This record gives sequence, C-alpha cells and structure tokens, in this order.
Amino acid sequence: MRAGIVVFPGINRERDMAIALERSAGSKPRMIWHRDTDLSGLDLIVIPGGFSYGDYLRCGAMAAQSPVMRAIRDHAERGGYVLGVCNGFQILAEAGMLPGALLRNASLRFLSMDCQLRVERADTAYTSQYQRGAVFRAPMAHGDGNFFADDETLDRLEGEGLVAFRYATPDGRVTPAANPNGSARGIAGIFSPNLKVLGLMPHPEDLVDPLMGGTDGKPLFDSIMAAA
Amino acid sequence: MTKAVVTVMLKPGVLDPQGRAIGQALHGLGFAGVADVRAGKVIELELAETDRDAARAQAEDMARKLLANTVIEGFKVEIG
Repeated sequence: MRAGIVVFPGINRERDMAIALERSAGSKPRMIWHRDTDLSGLDLIVIPGGFSYGDYLRCGAMAAQSPVMRAIRDHAERGGYVLGVCNGFQILAEAGMLPGALLRNASLRFLSMDCQLRVERADTAYTSQYQRGAVFRAPMAHGDGNFFADDETLDRLEGEGLVAFRYATPDGRVTPAANPNGSARGIAGIFSPNLKVLGLMPHPEDLVDPLMGGTDGKPLFDSIMAAA
Repeated sequence: MTKAVVTVMLKPGVLDPQGRAIGQALHGLGFAGVADVRAGKVIELELAETDRDAARAQAEDMARKLLANTVIEGFKVEIG
C-alpha cells in the first residue's frame, strides 16, 4: 500500500498523519500539493486535518472544488482508497464523495478533547486489526463535527453497514452524554458503499506511539497499510 | 453589470445552534418576544451578464455548485 497525503493551504495535520502512516508502512508517504493532479502509483490518498482555505464559506467547501479533488474522485471511482480525517472528512462530504454534512458542534464550542470510538465493523480494510465493538480512544479537535444527514440517508448508512465508528462510553454504549458534538445517531465516521472511502472527525493518527500517550489509533493504520 | 444577491439559509429541520445562541442572547437583553432565530449568509455577486434571467440562472448555478451545500442549506437569488 503506497500512501499520499494531500496538502491544501491551511492544512496543518499532515505531519502527524505522515508519522502514523510511516510507522505502519515502513516508508514515507508522498506529499501531494493541492495543485498537483498526478496520483499515479498511489493506493491510498489521505486528506488530513486542518483549516483548508481558512474554513471560508463552509469547512471544506473550497478544497472540495480544487484540482486535486477531481483526481481523488477518479481514484475513488477506480476503487482506490481514500481516508479523510477531520477537515478531510468535511472535504469529502463537501465534495459529495461521502453523504451528509458536518455542522457546527451542537454546543457551539470548538472541542479539543479525547473521545471514545466504538468500532462498528472489523471486516474492512481500515478496521481489520480492531475487534468489532471494541472501543478506542481518539483525540478530537474541531468546531464543526456534528454529523448531519436526513433520516433516509441515516437509515441507509446503518442498513448497509456503512457506519464506521460511533462516539461511545468506554464500555461501548452510545449515549447522548458520550456524543460530544451532537452528531446524528452518534456517528463519528462513515464508509463509502465499497468500504474504500472512510471519513471520520477524530484523529487516530495522534495516538500511534506510547510517547504520544497511547497507541489506540495505530491499528487503523496497521490495518489499511497491510491491506492489499 | 448585474448585481445578484444570494441568501443562504439552513434548511428547516436542520439544527441551527448559532441562531439559537443569538436568540438566547436577545432574551438576555430583554427582547422577550423573540421566538425562533435562524442565522444565514448573504453573498453579493457582481455579474458581467446584463440579461436578468441569464444572470439569475448563473447565480443559481453558482449557489448549487458552491455557495450553498444543498444537503443542509437552501438558497434564494435576488437580482438587483
């Protein structure tokens, strides 16, 4: 699995992401500037967190229209892997590559804190090294992470098994108190129908080394980098 | 030049925490009669197109493609 990280102006989490990918892959990911459109040789495209284009208009709205996104859409249509974290998830939603939208946190506050994520399925390329129903800790840092979709879309996501992670209590219960930003049905991350595009708000890349305070996020990167 | 004003609002049913916070602040100031508050955006465009209908069509296309996220927002175009 060869990975590339897309860098938009205002993105600031690309180096954390590079560390996480390199830990699991053993090789450095390629950095892709947003004007580049050559993704050849890459299996996984990662859109990291940050504040692309200053979050102008809506979080991710400007980045979703940039030249590299057309190439990423083509990559996904060819069956390539795409991972969007935080602003990356917002960009994938704005680009229409994942359904729904990320609204302002219900509390109206920017939330910089740890949350607990429940793994909804472990039979995917991104989650194979977790157990289904396992709960892991992930830092989050966002002002607009409140996942919204209409009921029909939410029912479809659940019915087709496309919910990747939910905010949960440490013992795996999805409760309003465990849902920090007000996301619909506690949804923290979702898959595309072919399970190759994943978007999530929290930052598993920030817990991949004991020196970071834990390795809860490492299985995600071990899973995807080991996938064929 | 034709001026187009695009008003973008969250759709009914989409939680608007910003509008709610404004409403609470207004209550705090003693405006007890304020019921629901919704906050949106106004985007003014100066268009080279001089035909009003064509300008409207252009602005609506821009709204669908970028200015509004139609998953959560509706929009209205007024030609000045």
